[in-house]
This record gives sequence, structure tokens and C-alpha cells, in this order.
Amino acid sequence: MWEYSEKLKDHFFNPRNVGEIEDCNAVGEVGSLACGDALKLFLKIDPETDKILDARFKTFGCGSAIASSSALTEMIKGKTVEEALKITNQDIADYLGGLPQEKMHCSVMGKDAFAAAVACYRGQPSSREQIEGQLVCECFGVSDEQIRTVVMENNLSTVEQVTHYTKAGGGCGQCREKIESIISQVRGELRRQQPKEVAARKSMTNIQKIAKIQEVMEKEIRPMLQQDGGDVELIDLDGNRVVVALRGMCMSCPSADLTRGVIETKLKELVHPDLLVEEVEG
Amino acid sequence: MKTVYLDNNATTMMAPEVFEAVQPYFVERYGNPSSMHSFGGNLARDVAVARERLAELLGAVPQEIVFTSGGTESDSTAIMSALATQPDRREIVTTRVEHPAVLNLCKHLARTKGYTVRWLSVDREGMLDLDEARSKITETTAVVSIMWANNETGVIFPVIELAEIAYDRGALFHTDAVQAVGKISMDLESSNINFLSLSGHKLHCMKGVGALYVKKGTRFSPFIIGGHQESDRRGGTENVPGIVGLGMAAKLASTELDRTGERMRKLRDRLQQGVLEAVPWARVNGHVERRLPNTLNIGFEFVEGEAILMRMDEKGICASSGSACTSGSLEPSHVLRAMGIPFTAVHGSIRFSLSRYTSEQEIDYVTNELPDIIDFLRSISPFGRENMDAACTIH
Repeated sequence: MWEYSEKLKDHFFNPRNVGEIEDCNAVGEVGSLACGDALKLFLKIDPETDKILDARFKTFGCGSAIASSSALTEMIKGKTVEEALKITNQDIADYLGGLPQEKMHCSVMGKDAFAAAVACYRGQPSSREQIEGQLVCECFGVSDEQIRTVVMENNLSTVEQVTHYTKAGGGCGQCREKIESIISQVRGELRRQQPKEVAARKSMTNIQKIAKIQEVMEKEIRPMLQQDGGDVELIDLDGNRVVVALRGMCMSCPSADLTRGVIETKLKELVHPDLLVEEVEG
Repeated sequence: MKTVYLDNNATTMMAPEVFEAVQPYFVERYGNPSSMHSFGGNLARDVAVARERLAELLGAVPQEIVFTSGGTESDSTAIMSALATQPDRREIVTTRVEHPAVLNLCKHLARTKGYTVRWLSVDREGMLDLDEARSKITETTAVVSIMWANNETGVIFPVIELAEIAYDRGALFHTDAVQAVGKISMDLESSNINFLSLSGHKLHCMKGVGALYVKKGTRFSPFIIGGHQESDRRGGTENVPGIVGLGMAAKLASTELDRTGERMRKLRDRLQQGVLEAVPWARVNGHVERRLPNTLNIGFEFVEGEAILMRMDEKGICASSGSACTSGSLEPSHVLRAMGIPFTAVHGSIRFSLSRYTSEQEIDYVTNELPDIIDFLRSISPFGRENMDAACTIH
């Protein structure tokens, strides 16, 4: 039994904006009978102002699919196309008071249906005919581009999460390795973007550096070490030489040098790329 | 609002007589049957009575009954024992529509221990092909494990004939009869079934108790190793309240078993007819004749099962679905897919399972409420009759 919020149940039992629009000028369709859920979205958009005058839907699917469709139409009505395109799947989930993790794909379906309708309105080929990128999950027809987007937008880190958001990998499971590699690719890119930002502010005063190092140690490094019963203390900063002392389990740990390396990588990434970490006893 | 419970293949109400029978065993008669003092030791007699009652229900002798914690433990015990006692046979024959307790155990044994699993398929009506069984059960088969009746469709398998085939090839035969025990009559004495699993909570007893029938003369290797309980076949202090309850549940089931079955069948057929007459684009999943008297599985086209369940729940009606969304796994029912039921109907499949406590009023209430629920969901579904052919099929 799923933990559904009262708001979600309300939108399931009393869905808003059900039906079709006879004089609509945009239709977006996602999903299929085979996949277990499908949403057909009808929009009436004012061509002058790009404002969404009316939105209606027809949905085949579970409780959260119907509620997500209802929420989507309520959220986009009255907005301009540009404004409505900013709505993320998380926004739809939040509007409903949250969705169970396993049901996040229902909110993604809402967002995708709207994107498809906008493509139709703008005279672009519908995403149905033209799936961008390569097909990864054959069972549910999910492409690598779709997976990349959802990983980036929702900061996902596991295959299971990707399955919850897109269904990819939830069928025969043969594509799970591919999904894994897409995740690490995307996360690698995200990580590489961060040092660039750091490099931009190369000129830091020593006091700024110490403050930033302390912040990173508190928030990132110490909690990580403390999980294994260890700890670390900042002793000194001499130019770019960060002097630290390992505490607790770290002191007797045979992989202390590895720990030093991890600390250095973190500090290089988050504070300054020129920092070097030295370990002292004491 | 009154609850109409039509999910008895998931679990059942404890019979009031069972509830009454188990009550003294918590606070007053809480002893250990293995004790030397009479306070505990006397309980061994109560356990013996329960064993006799259960044996009678199965057409077995009391020594052939081993009490366990439930259906899953019984299944594991039987299959593991059959493999352990015949190390030179490395194959398991089972069906694609088994309960996960057997299905996942077989997959696990194939993956981790290198056993070969030969899967028997089912046809559109959920029936096995005896010829396929004859060709797959061979002199290298250690154990054949085939459920007596399917939990989702209620389809009954010809286990007596299948056990004959296994016997001819020198293989052991196990049947998961969790859904069948107490609903159809059995005479294990005259069969070649070596092991049979059953569960208390499907039989109006409690969760956490079950039994394994082990035919006299069948070599046995215990699964749970410990003390000398159950004649050295299952370690662990006896679940006395559960066992006493299971004995009472068996006694109740034995009484007028055929008449109870006939009554359930009439009500089930009334429900089936009422729903099919009122709702177009609906069909029964599973063979309509060779089926448990209490089970009805219907596929509703163009609607999704979880949505139906939620709307029925609002009306106090409890049932279950083979839809992917109810399981959280994204994969719809392996049973219905093995039968080749189109996805369009699998997602909208609902299982109603009755018990001897189900009343005619309850059935009529469901027949009355269900058509509106399906109508409404179809009215908001983008699919309809014209989509019937357009639906993509993935397999």
C-alpha cells in the first residue's frame, strides 16, 4: 500500500480538468498501454500572448499518474508557455504533497507530456516520433538523453532512482549497466564543472582560505570520517600547505595515506586547486 | 462503512472458533511441550491432536506432518531436502507461474548453486501441458515443484498425474498447496506426492504457522537445524498456539468441505456473471472450469488496476491486482504474462477471492459499485475501443 498524501488522493478522486478540448492547438502524448500508464494532454494557447488559456487531460494509469496529470493542468493554466516550461517534475510532486519514490515517474510523465504539447504547438516534431539520443531501456522505451536529463535535474545517483523516475531498468533489467555508466558520466561532468568555478576565484586571502577550508572540513570531510569512527583536525595553513592531524580510528588506520589523499582531493575541488595536504601527528 | 473483504488469497480472517481455541495458550497454557514437567509436557498432547486433525484434512497420517512457520518455509524445506538427498540429480522442474516462494528459490539455486531449472509454460487459460511435463521430467530431475492451485487465477493443476510422471522417473514431487488446502478435497495417501506445503493464515488460522507434509518413506534432510522437535525434522520450540489453531482450522475446513466449496462457487459465479454483464471489455483470466471455487480474476481493458483498487477501497471493497503499479516493481503479474494475456488486460486485472464467510449481500454490493468505477476510469482514459489495435506490444 502506497503512502499517498491527502492532496494526491483528492486529485485522484476528484481530478481537475479531465477531458479533451475541441479547439485545442496543442496535444502532447506520452506513455502507452503496454507501459502501464499514458497521458494525453490538450492545450489551448493564445498565439498572441503564448498564454495557456485551457488545459485538459486524459490519463490511463495508477492513482498517482491521474493525480499528477490533474496537478499539471492546474499548475500550467494561466501561465505563458515559457513560464510553464520551467515547471520541473519535482514541482509537480511537491504540488501533490510529495510522491512515493517509486512513483516519481508519474511526475516525469506530466512534465514530458507538457514538453511534447509545446513541441506540437511550436510545430516541432513530437518526441514520440523522434526520440532524442539512443534507446537504452527497450522495455519502456527510454533513451540515454532522457536518463541524462532526469539524473541531472533531480541529482540522482543510483540505478534504482533512475528506475523510479523513468521506469528504465524496471523491466528485464538488461540495461542496468548502461544506466549505471550514464549516471557516473553525468556525475563526473557535474564534478568537473565545480573546480572551474573555484579556479575563477584564485586569489583568496589566507583568512578566506582558512574559513573556507574549515567550512569544507565541517560539512564534507569530518562527517565522512566520523562514519568510520575517525576524525580530522586542522592544525595550520602555510601558503597552500594545509596541515592536518588525523584523530580517532584514522590514527591507527593502515590506509591513513589514502585518507590524506581523499581530504586533499576534496579541498582541491571545493576550496582551491593548488592546496596540498600534509599530515602531522599531534 | 462496512468492509467487503474479497482478498482471501492474500490472507484470511481467523475463524472465531480458531480464535477461541488458541486463547488459553498465551497466558494460561504457555509451557514448552518438550519440558519434563506436566505443565509444559501436557501440551504435547494438544500438538498431537492438531497433527491428527491436519492429517485428516489432507488424507495423510499424523507422522507425515511437520509444523513450520508457514508456506515459504515449507517450500524451501521441501525443495532443499529433495536436492540434499539426491546429490547426483541436478535438475529442478517447475512452472513459470509459481509463487515467489518457489520461483525465486529456484532462480536462486540456479544462480548460486548451479542447478538447472526446467520451466514448464502455461497456455492462454493458465493450464499446463502434460506432454511438456513428460519431456522435461527425466532421470536427472531431482525434484518437481508444481503448485496445486495458482494464487492469482485459481487455476488447478493436475498434480496427481504430474506426481505419477515424477515417480516414474524417480524424481521427488513437491506441491505448494497453500491456496488449495481447505478449498478442495485431498487424499495424499493414494498419491505419489512426496511433499506438500500449506500455510495457516490462508486457512482462517494465524500468520506465522504452516506445515509440510512429507510422505512416509521419503528421505528427508532438515532445513532448520536445532533441537529434536518435530521428530528431528524441524528444530525450534513449537509454536503451540499456532499449531493448535491450525488443527482447529483444519477441523473446520474438513467439515462440509464440499458444501462450503459449492457455496463459494455459486457466489463467485454470481459475481463473475454480474460484473461481466454490467461491464463491457472485461474477461476472465484463467480456465473457468478448472479453477478454485473462490477465485475470480478479471481483466478490464483500458484501465489500470491500482486506480480500480483505490476507488474500490474508498467503497470498502478489498481485492488485489496484477498491475505493475501495485507491486512497485514496474513488472506486471508474471502469471498473467506467462499466460500470454495482452498487456492491455494485465494492467487492468483484478483478483477477487472469496471465503466461506462471504455473503450474497457483499457480492451484490460489489456488482453494484464496480461498473461505475470502471466507467469513470474509462471516461478519463485516453484509450478506448479504437485503440485496441493500436496498442503497442512489448514482450
